[in-house]
Amino acid sequence: MAELAAVIASTHHPFYYRASTATGADRPPFADEWVAKIEAFRETLTRAEPDVLVMVGSDHFHQLWLDNMPQFLVGKAPFFDANFHNEEREFGLPKMTLRGEEDLAAHLLRDGLDRDFDLAFSNELRIDHSITCPIITLRPQADLPIVPVYTNIFAPPLPQPKRFVALGRAIREMVESWESDKRVAVIGTGHLSLELGGPRQFGEHGPDPEFDRKAVEWIASGDIEGCLAEVSLESLHHPGNATHGFMDFMLMMGVAGEGAKADHVDTLDLFHTMEAYFTWYPNGVPSGSGVSA
Amino acid sequence: MSKYLLDKFLFTVDRDPELTERYREDPAGTVTWWEQEMANTMLNCIPAEKTTWLAFTDDERRALAEHDHVALFQMGAHPFLTLTLFIAMFERDHGPMEYQRAYGRAMEHISMPYPDIAT
Repeated sequence: MAELAAVIASTHHPFYYRASTATGADRPPFADEWVAKIEAFRETLTRAEPDVLVMVGSDHFHQLWLDNMPQFLVGKAPFFDANFHNEEREFGLPKMTLRGEEDLAAHLLRDGLDRDFDLAFSNELRIDHSITCPIITLRPQADLPIVPVYTNIFAPPLPQPKRFVALGRAIREMVESWESDKRVAVIGTGHLSLELGGPRQFGEHGPDPEFDRKAVEWIASGDIEGCLAEVSLESLHHPGNATHGFMDFMLMMGVAGEGAKADHVDTLDLFHTMEAYFTWYPNGVPSGSGVSA
Repeated sequence: MSKYLLDKFLFTVDRDPELTERYREDPAGTVTWWEQEMANTMLNCIPAEKTTWLAFTDDERRALAEHDHVALFQMGAHPFLTLTLFIAMFERDHGPMEYQRAYGRAMEHISMPYPDIAT
């Protein structure tokens, strides 16, 4: 059976690529600290020696649209082209091509349906920055096959938070029941408090630092029940109008498991959002790892 | 209200560089053309499979024609779509983050709960 080598959750700030590659007067003052945190975070994946990446993200109205919007979708294709025109335009993100892992995708689809998740599938998926940002930060050589899993955190009506946790738990069980000797890392990206297109956008900090503090604590300590007790589809509007992306962090808490303390926790308070990085090793911290919580 | 159609306008214009420039330079003309030619186009179908019933209200047509992002927000247009399209059109005319912050300040009078964006 496959081994779950690492569970990784992070934000997916699309400005990282530009900030980290900028030089001279174009390089923002926070770039060096951000790069240092990302390089430490990247090492947590490198040390897990993964063969395959299951990548949880959310299409931002790039390919998926309101005429036919899936709640949860698995990409099953031999290759995935990546990044769209308007991401290149706004964030300078490069076009990319990633290999797919069709056998694991087929397993997730069959087993997921049998576990009562009505998973949509796509045989021709162009992935966006929710998945390419963690490739850029965690695996810039982009050499591993992926299985993209898209969730709808964007176009109401949305699934309930508990459904995201349940899907995370199921993904873990399904990865561990995959008949393979591969080492699988599950990587998911979401948001802490975030406002986009509203009056609280692009402030000095994230729109709700108190929510961010609680959210980081829930994730770092694996406090799924405490998180579910306070978070609802309705409450997630208050920390910022794009905070429903936090449900992808809740999905990753489901993958990591109730009470699972993260082995690596780091944050960076940027000018309009708090960046956050978490890594769990379900089978123990790899030897020689310098990670610390 | 036709929130779906507002979003469809923003979605189709944002993803097409030529349409983005056309909407920047001639907003009223682009909205008129788009409603006549594009509003009822099924995005995954050949032109012959057009739908027949989608149209803006007068207020929606005016908000789009006047680049009125505050009105679009209050009508429940998806804020991510409006923001990304308007950044594409107008950030170039301002200093770093200047446009994005002014965009937010123009909505300071709007309080929670924000308008429903469900379509």
